[in-house]
Amino acid sequence: MAKHKTPLLDQLETGPWPSFVTDIKREAESRAKNEKGIDFQMPQDVCEDILGVLELSFKHGRTHWKHGGIVGVFGYGGGVIGRYCDQPEMFPGVAHFHTLRVNQPAGKFYKTDFLRQLCDLWELRGSGITNMHGSTGDIILLGTSTPQLEEIFYELTHNMNQDLGGSGSNLRTPSDCIGAARCEYSCYDTQALCTHLTKEYQDELHRPAFPYKFKFKFDGCPNCCVASIARADLSFIGTWKDDIRIDQEAVQAYIGGELAPNAGDHAGRDWGPFDIQKEVIGLCPTECMWMEDNKLMIEDKECTRCMHCINVMPRALRIGEDRGLSMLIGAKAPILDGAQMASLLVPFVKAEEPYDEIKEVIESVWDWWMEEGKNRERVGELIKRQGFQRLLEVTNIKPMPQHVQEPRSNPYIFWKEDEVEGGFERDINEFRKHHQR
Amino acid sequence: MAFISSGYDPKEPMKDRITDIGPRDYEEFYPPVIKKNKGKWLYHEILEPGVLVHVSETGDEVYTVRAGGARLMSVSHIREICDIAEKYCDGHVRFTTRNNIEFMVDSKDKVEPLKKDLLSRKQPGGCYKFPVGGTGAGITNIVHTQGWIHCHTPATDASGPVKAAMDVLFDDFTDMRLPAKLRVSLACCLNMCGAVHCSDIAILGYHRKPPMLDHEHIDKACEIPLAIAACPTAAIKPAKIESEGGAKVSSVAVNNSRCMFCGNCYTMCPGMPLADDVGDGIVLMAGGKVSNRISSPKFSKVVVAFIPNEAPRWPKTTETIKRMVEAYAKDARKYERLGEWAERIGWERFFEKCELEFTHHLIDDFRDPAYFTWRQTTNFKF
Repeated sequence: MAKHKTPLLDQLETGPWPSFVTDIKREAESRAKNEKGIDFQMPQDVCEDILGVLELSFKHGRTHWKHGGIVGVFGYGGGVIGRYCDQPEMFPGVAHFHTLRVNQPAGKFYKTDFLRQLCDLWELRGSGITNMHGSTGDIILLGTSTPQLEEIFYELTHNMNQDLGGSGSNLRTPSDCIGAARCEYSCYDTQALCTHLTKEYQDELHRPAFPYKFKFKFDGCPNCCVASIARADLSFIGTWKDDIRIDQEAVQAYIGGELAPNAGDHAGRDWGPFDIQKEVIGLCPTECMWMEDNKLMIEDKECTRCMHCINVMPRALRIGEDRGLSMLIGAKAPILDGAQMASLLVPFVKAEEPYDEIKEVIESVWDWWMEEGKNRERVGELIKRQGFQRLLEVTNIKPMPQHVQEPRSNPYIFWKEDEVEGGFERDINEFRKHHQR
Repeated sequence: MAFISSGYDPKEPMKDRITDIGPRDYEEFYPPVIKKNKGKWLYHEILEPGVLVHVSETGDEVYTVRAGGARLMSVSHIREICDIAEKYCDGHVRFTTRNNIEFMVDSKDKVEPLKKDLLSRKQPGGCYKFPVGGTGAGITNIVHTQGWIHCHTPATDASGPVKAAMDVLFDDFTDMRLPAKLRVSLACCLNMCGAVHCSDIAILGYHRKPPMLDHEHIDKACEIPLAIAACPTAAIKPAKIESEGGAKVSSVAVNNSRCMFCGNCYTMCPGMPLADDVGDGIVLMAGGKVSNRISSPKFSKVVVAFIPNEAPRWPKTTETIKRMVEAYAKDARKYERLGEWAERIGWERFFEKCELEFTHHLIDDFRDPAYFTWRQTTNFKF
């Protein structure tokens, strides 16, 4: 017999898509039975109270969670989000219900022994409910009490060789796409760079010293599967400088219909026979492809590496071999001044250990932002406020046409005094000798 | 319940303390076929919805079966994932950015039994535990935020509308009939932990009433200057308020006509709650993307200003999304993302084909970028 009636939530237990309601009920039942005889460190009926408070929100159309207090583990300023229920008498099991962010392994690959260890820990010391994963990338452990925080941290670090992730005004847990581990499009090893920088900047990740949050995301190619260009303060997007590699026989196989275009992406509908002119050459945004003597030709110098032709014919076309990444800066969601897409800062850099060139850019951006950024000002907003030119100055990067979509359409240039011959100081009396008042 | 110590000594927090070790090394977790062939992959193919093969220059192959799921997940469910991974994948499993679960095997004959097992597992109400799909020109899992399950600022729930929407869109999770991939995302408030602002279709929770002012508590609970500075439209100013007992308390006043309901003040000051059963609801946005393929990444545009929160299944929200998906499926050209389609046919046509009403709320009036969204040409369609 359920502790709380949940007639609204119960309506989410049908339909084909997995039901989180059924899943929470399953956990509630498992805790009630407690076949393993666990001495739960959170109330045994915590999952019943999660369902109860959620049902109340479904009824009221409002959340029943309060602001977090300052909770955390000793020496860290992030990784734990305090959370309290605003109806603790009705739902004592979730009166204190803090979140831990656990830094996920790059690429989100796991072995089950690790996951089982995590499950055992979270069943004992928390609600048993998680997010796999949170939006930023962490493993999210949802709901525990203050006294359990240090215990969980101790077990994570001592028994699982595992640290917490970031929260608050610090470096947020970096995340990456699957990269070269299982993707032929990847122009660099996203897991290697993501992990390297995560470990390099542990202090920035755990101890908030920034004006606001700062996110790194790593996409292996311009397809941008982790959406770095839309949501990372610094996004690292794989690219290449030389020519797309062409297998002319495979091109013919696509034309002849022996190979399915798009790696079978469009198999759910009959789109008719593959037409290379219409589907590849005609859609190339730079019009840098053509057929000549039955061969596909590419003017690589004009290619902007949008990936379309490679996506359509992955067995015929491959990324180049002189690979690296582009660094873009300043993406963010709308709070406060509207959403921003990332802007190109470094067109090309090699992604090779020890990544010194990359770190130089990161650290010069941070120095500037920590000096000039206002409270809760993302770096993208600082760039808007002080200008892209200022960003180029602080990073010591030479301006180039690649930095802009188009040159400015107003002539209101903020000339600096040292750029203008003779400077700004002039003698008005000398001027008046030739120009009467 | 007896307190069980992990070994941590609260009297000596620094004793044996381990910090700043970061995540586990990804290499420990790679399946052998991945470790061996990393950086050597030649090409991939989607064999059927939810099943991929990647072929390496070494001749090795890895077959991936992709299953959807609620990202809100119990440890019992994770253990079931582990059971499957141990039975078929030597204990290896991975998750995708969009909260799908990927089971990888190193030969084709292992695919069918794995797939069959995944699809045979159902919840008591009949829902799949591990629906297979989410590949190619279809709709994959909806990335989303916490909502009413755990967040203090949401204007809608997250897991609820996502379950409801995925039920309605389920056929496109298991099929690849669309002109291109279509990404749906949900953020339960403007903070957008889920960064939905570049999605083909974005479901966004939004408040429509200015904050209530808990005058007696604002000065106790908040740094008033921070609350004032948090307002992007400068709608908040300091105020002295006479309390019921006649004493003057320090608080704030809000110019309601300047409020854009972002909730940033509430983030800084718990004495200024915005949540409201009638005021809160859903904004639908459309036409965004993050890929650089053919055209540049795009922001999603607001196409429906408001839909009330209709728990538990948000029918008007899911119907409207379904209508957009069907109009797009019917009318867009192969490879065209939803936003590219809308730009080609013109947004006036988009509203017509999707049977959406255009209201004044959809014309941008927020600062300079607004001007660039008005039509500065005589080229338009009747």
